[in-house]
Amino acid sequence: MKLRTLALAAAVSLMGTTAYADCAFENTQEVTMLSAGFEAWKAVTDAMAECGMVAAELDQEFREKQPEAFAADPSLYQLGGVSNGTLTPLLNAGTIRPLDDLVEQYGQNLNPNQLIRVDGQIMAIAMMVNTQHLMYRNDIFADLGLEVPTSYDEVLEVAAAIQEAGVVDYPLGATMAAGWNLAQDFNNMFLGFGGTFVNDDNTPNINTEAGMNALEMMAALTEYMDPEYLTSDSTYVQQQFQQGKIAMANLWASRAGAMNDEAESQVVGLVSGAAAPVAMEGGAPATTIWWDGIVVAANISDEEAENAFRVAMEGLDTEMVTSNNDAAIWLIEGFEPGALAEGAIATAVAGPAPYPSTTQMGLMHSAIGNNVADFLTGAATAEATLQAIEADYTTAAEEAGLL
Amino acid sequence: MKFRTFAAFVGPSLLLMMIFIAAPLVSVLWQSFHLTQNVFETVETERCTPGFPNAVCETITVDRPVLDENGEIQTVTSFVGWQSYSRVLDPDALGAAISSGDWWSILNIDFWGALRFTLTFTLVTLPLVIGVGLLIAITVNNAVKTIRGPAIFISLLPFIITPVIGALSIRWLFVGDGILTALMESWSGQDIAMFAQGWTIELLMMFYRVWHVAPFAFVIFYAGLQTVNMDTLESAIIDGASRFERLRYVIVPHLMPLIVFIALIHLMDSYRVFEEVIGFRSEAHRISLQWLTFDYLTPDDSGNRSVSRASASSMLTMVGIVILLVPLLRRTWRDHKGS
Repeated sequence: MKLRTLALAAAVSLMGTTAYADCAFENTQEVTMLSAGFEAWKAVTDAMAECGMVAAELDQEFREKQPEAFAADPSLYQLGGVSNGTLTPLLNAGTIRPLDDLVEQYGQNLNPNQLIRVDGQIMAIAMMVNTQHLMYRNDIFADLGLEVPTSYDEVLEVAAAIQEAGVVDYPLGATMAAGWNLAQDFNNMFLGFGGTFVNDDNTPNINTEAGMNALEMMAALTEYMDPEYLTSDSTYVQQQFQQGKIAMANLWASRAGAMNDEAESQVVGLVSGAAAPVAMEGGAPATTIWWDGIVVAANISDEEAENAFRVAMEGLDTEMVTSNNDAAIWLIEGFEPGALAEGAIATAVAGPAPYPSTTQMGLMHSAIGNNVADFLTGAATAEATLQAIEADYTTAAEEAGLL
Repeated sequence: MKFRTFAAFVGPSLLLMMIFIAAPLVSVLWQSFHLTQNVFETVETERCTPGFPNAVCETITVDRPVLDENGEIQTVTSFVGWQSYSRVLDPDALGAAISSGDWWSILNIDFWGALRFTLTFTLVTLPLVIGVGLLIAITVNNAVKTIRGPAIFISLLPFIITPVIGALSIRWLFVGDGILTALMESWSGQDIAMFAQGWTIELLMMFYRVWHVAPFAFVIFYAGLQTVNMDTLESAIIDGASRFERLRYVIVPHLMPLIVFIALIHLMDSYRVFEEVIGFRSEAHRISLQWLTFDYLTPDDSGNRSVSRASASSMLTMVGIVILLVPLLRRTWRDHKGS
């Protein structure tokens, strides 16, 4: 008798948590996936895993693995998580498949905004947008009677006022770790000052007034930062916020949720978002728009692709969004923008440039990341830094066969 | 020994050396003189990205690699001579920096800045590793027998730690308001940021390397100390040699072959300094030659990587190590012939 009750109880409890509970169908084929490792991907892959047989690899170094893994035949992963930056090598190598048929069959719940079309064909399904925008401590701004800055000149004024009041260690935080992060920070500012990276003939166009302005503004901002800013990446800035050490930062929307994570954050409810500041009068916000989404490998059978796509759709459904609403700025039906999403949405509505993902931009990004630090440490002048970026880019572009 | 027996003993190791050392070396040498490029075509393409409230579509011209009939990217490989070497060494920028009279600007050229750091790092840590290793060995050797075992165990610990992990833990002790930085701040009453300027990072890197490698030198020297001729040592004492004189004239000459051995290994290892750059995130302030090779090899977001420059940079690193080792190897060769 007792044993039976126990067995029954076990069966009932299993039913409650069974792997297939929230999935529309029972998956019987293994589905493999490689994506970045931030919160939103965890939510999506967990939702996919409810269908069973899902092996998802979440790795922040995915961008180095993905092109090679997808070029293998058969591809090492059926699904890939990409952003607009990392889609380019896959598109170039033709290792991802058009999804039009699959979308028609299984993608009834997708909204048109999610369909990433290249030359009319759907090549990826976007799930969220990401952008760097202004996050600030609303309590400090209220106490000191400060207005939320809308331009970088105002950011400098506000930072000076916060410095004067001495309420935090450093008024500003920034994702300025040497390399990719630092380059992205320069890109934001450079685009904000109306720069274009590359001319039509693939020659660099960095050594311009926009380039000079961008460098000077970055140097001016560093006056209000932790002196170790050249090692500070997104996670570091997020922690600076959580520990109440900074009052403002131009930070990724995907990091906003962590501000209200009671387990880690000492500033729950005290961080608000606003549109990314503009760099010059009348310009677009000095930032770029990114999206993250899912692609399906070309080098797998149609049957595998179909099954993988169905599982992916389960991961991108409204149910997942409602239970992970604050993890990202979702593009999926059912997303309710919370207080923390306001800044990112205000930024997106103001229409900054999407990140210009091209082969040239990849080279330019590396060249910028390797040289801007010399200017900020005082080892090189602004002029010399811009020249060095152009020289590095030219060498790399010649080597790649673009010049 | 018969030739057959000799060959049977040496053959397997020669074969493995061919496969794992000679073949990759030849391949890297070949790649450093060749360049593989994608074939690009310029096409107009329409791309749609998510926007608020509706998707934004724009037509742009992009350079796209051409795919062949198998769906692979078409590439051309051509012989380019010394081009990749010259791109790494950048003689034009070097010439400009020299003629401008601003010697410091030479260090802004990646290769020369990296070479400066790598050489300083190697040559400063070398005597420290040997000195500290010898010091620990002599101390442990003179310690009471009962604590020798635990002392050896504890001295060896730093050597067991995985280099990147060790570097990371030192970084965490010092970064931001890390425990040790906070301690130094409370002593000095000043705001200290160890990772805000190059020279403090460089000091930490050297400190870390000595801390990490000195135990290796210690173990070797400690083994060597067990074979010091006691008669010579005792006669030195009878002759009235002081402790220092015994060290200088008896122990160090006896350990000389081991010192040369440690120096050889350390020069080879520290010229390839890499973990410290990663662990301390010092790219903004200090880069090493090995990191430069790694940077060339790392693909960017669009999948570009500079294999030819990376190969050239590896070859240059190897040449650098050989030049550093020449004096020591000549000494070993002389001793070998002398005996």
